[in-house]
Amino acid sequence: MNTFITLFAISLNAILAENFILVKFLGICPFMGVSKKTDTAVGMGIAVIFVMALASAATWAVNEFLLVSLGLEYMQTVVFILVIAALVQFVEMFLQKAMPSLYQALGIYLPLITTNCAVLGVALLNVQNSYTFIEAVVYGITGGIGFTLAIVLFSSIRQRLEDCDCPKAFKGFPLALIAAGLLALSFMGFSGFRVF
Amino acid sequence: MNFRKQLKAGLLTNNPVLSQLLGMCSTMAITTTLFNGIGMGLSVTIILICSNVVISLLRKVIPDKIRIAAYIVIIAGFVTMVDLLLKAYVPALSDSLGVFIPLIVVNCIILGRAEAFASKNGVLASAVDGLTQGIGYTAALVVMCIIREFLGSGTFGKGVFGADGIRILPAQYPALMLILPVGGFLTLGCLIALTQWINKKLAEREAKKEAAR
Repeated sequence: MNTFITLFAISLNAILAENFILVKFLGICPFMGVSKKTDTAVGMGIAVIFVMALASAATWAVNEFLLVSLGLEYMQTVVFILVIAALVQFVEMFLQKAMPSLYQALGIYLPLITTNCAVLGVALLNVQNSYTFIEAVVYGITGGIGFTLAIVLFSSIRQRLEDCDCPKAFKGFPLALIAAGLLALSFMGFSGFRVF
Repeated sequence: MNFRKQLKAGLLTNNPVLSQLLGMCSTMAITTTLFNGIGMGLSVTIILICSNVVISLLRKVIPDKIRIAAYIVIIAGFVTMVDLLLKAYVPALSDSLGVFIPLIVVNCIILGRAEAFASKNGVLASAVDGLTQGIGYTAALVVMCIIREFLGSGTFGKGVFGADGIRILPAQYPALMLILPVGGFLTLGCLIALTQWINKKLAEREAKKEAAR
């Protein structure tokens, strides 16, 4: 029962109170880059959930069984980024063979995920918070869900920004950032929400 | 190589944050005090120069197909060095930047410069490019920090001039919102708008000069 409550708290935190994009500022590049249309945003979100869950599991295992037991914790950054890059490559090849339809849908987003700070961020945060394996995987999945929630919400706002009337200098990117700021403001409302 | 021209590009017309729109995660996340901004800016500049030099030296050795992976390994090596150095000599900075130091690995500015510049140019030019782009990044961070710190906590130079900095606004006035995540988005949005405006004016002036000639 106790573990269940901990997992619930982690999920709630990762999705709302400490949303990866809007509160922790991880993964802003894809958030800005692929949020012009809602369907591409959904595709990117699903790809991120998938990779974040796998990356949490893989980096947790590598850290626990390889780095900690050999006393090489200082190599974390290098090893994690390599694991993530290899993982993304592997997922890409696997999907291409096994699930061509999903591969078609995710397509170009997969390689981009290697340099998504949310993925490396979740690996590092798992270590920092000294999560167990289950907690790490749940954190990865729900962090990805939080990412998807933010990017899908934002893409629907952004479609309306396209035709609004604003000062010329603000057109395009700056206006999108300001809109994201307002979205972040609304997510701040969740920050009081702690189960612990 | 025209150093002044490159410096101007790094600071304004081709600023990594404000014009190329790269590396925004760290820009918004850590710019709450001047201390953080300068520390992060210097770390990134050092890593950028080192990785640019090494990648430029190895540009003929690295096979084209695995170049991105090779670049990431080189960058991650330098990031680890800086991370360890900061932990040893400037623990306060290491604590306040936290996870954003290791995350320099995936900062698009560094990989972007490696791919766009260092892999095509000589060692000296790449080092200069790293320096000017790094200065541009640091300048953008410092401006963000000064604005956010002034409006958000009413001080200047927290951590640089004593632990609490120089108080400018009385403690009850500042809008706390500006040092929260929201402030990052709003400040960066306004700064990018300003840069776009300045760049447009500059381009117009150039065009006029051309026409008069």
